[in-house]
Amino acid sequence: MHNAHAQAAGMGGIRAGGDLVARMQMTRGMRLKEAKEYVAGKLGVTPFDLSDPAVMTEVRSELGFGRIHSYAISQPAQANLIEAKFNIGRVLDIRINCVEKFKERAGLQ
Amino acid sequence: METAIPTRMGDGSIARMARSELRADIEDGVAQAVRRAKVEPLAADEQEHLLDIYASPARFVGVDLGDEVVLSCDGTGMKTHATRAQDMQSYEQWMGADLLELCPGDYSLKVIRTILPYEAQCLHDALLATIAPMQYGIMPNLGLYAKDDGPCENWSTLLPEGRIAEARAASEQAAEMAVSDAVRMADAMWEAGADAIDFDTTGASGDPEFWATLRVTEIIRRKYPEMGVQLGMAGEFVLGMHGELEYDGKRLAGMWPRQQLEVVQKAGATMYGPVVNVNTGRSCAWNMARALTLVKPCMEIAEIPVHMNVGMGVGAVPMFVHPPGDAACRAAKACVDILGLDGL
Repeated sequence: MHNAHAQAAGMGGIRAGGDLVARMQMTRGMRLKEAKEYVAGKLGVTPFDLSDPAVMTEVRSELGFGRIHSYAISQPAQANLIEAKFNIGRVLDIRINCVEKFKERAGLQ
Repeated sequence: METAIPTRMGDGSIARMARSELRADIEDGVAQAVRRAKVEPLAADEQEHLLDIYASPARFVGVDLGDEVVLSCDGTGMKTHATRAQDMQSYEQWMGADLLELCPGDYSLKVIRTILPYEAQCLHDALLATIAPMQYGIMPNLGLYAKDDGPCENWSTLLPEGRIAEARAASEQAAEMAVSDAVRMADAMWEAGADAIDFDTTGASGDPEFWATLRVTEIIRRKYPEMGVQLGMAGEFVLGMHGELEYDGKRLAGMWPRQQLEVVQKAGATMYGPVVNVNTGRSCAWNMARALTLVKPCMEIAEIPVHMNVGMGVGAVPMFVHPPGDAACRAAKACVDILGLDGL
């Protein structure tokens, strides 16, 4: 069922930019249009591009936002997981709770 | 003679219906919603589009390119594949999940009282190993606070005995306990790094449960301004198990989706999930027509994202343990195309 919804209407999560738009909805209460425009503006792409893996894979690589990885497409020198969230928070100009806690607990601030 | 189109009933079984029969079902579904909730019917062009979606013989349909929406993905961390943290990783890496949710297997608020540190630790560690925003999800499930499962008198047994005042007092006592537990949970999850809390199936125990969840939402908003709160409902109509509870001067019992959204927004939630339950004896087209008509008034007043529930047994997705993909994708397309939802 999840796959059907994801293919029929989803933004693709980290395959594209769905997680970024979701973050603005979830933590800032932005409606879809506003959230897509906000993220697209920060990334220098169009709202249409945010659901396109062909565009967003490159954007995510450039900005260190983390990507789908497997043995065939490993990127060990790129930011991923919590590292990627540091970059996402900086580029989207938002505080991400777990990133702030990480800084505090790792003595980075 | 009209062609018989394969379509689905609300229980997931295949039914073969002519286009004219599907049209009649859609008109009846709209009419049922209008009559019960006193809302406006779907416009003629909206009903025609809905008919095109459900009369399509295609195995799979989808929204137009560029019209994609965010998927709430509740229950992604529930040991479907491996450990809960690994589940969320696989949803993120393989399933294109836009957000992630860690949740206890029971999914009820009360059961995490004694395992809260463990749950928070699990969330903390999972946050280090994922990218997508992550919420902690539970059902308020106020019924577990009533005897024999909990300490409060059981309002469901008191009501049939005509002991109305005692039933109301018991549900209010349970609501107070749920508020206390939920705030403690939010404190722990915020400290662990959570992005949001998801209150799922809110109102399953009627207006006392909705009342408790709205009050918790208000407290979370005040304590943690950047913490998301997703408030999803249990049904289209708030049952009056108490009957006199109000929020912001509005009686909660009897609220339909638009009125629910008004108080949800007032409480400070960041996402709202309307629910319309499936009638298993009617077609998916009938169920979707009814669901869209009930939820459409929300979209006129929405200030926060509206993520309609389209899981098993709600939002015209069949009440079957493995909902057929052809029914799920039609539900997704109909909701996005006709309501302009913010997510599913």
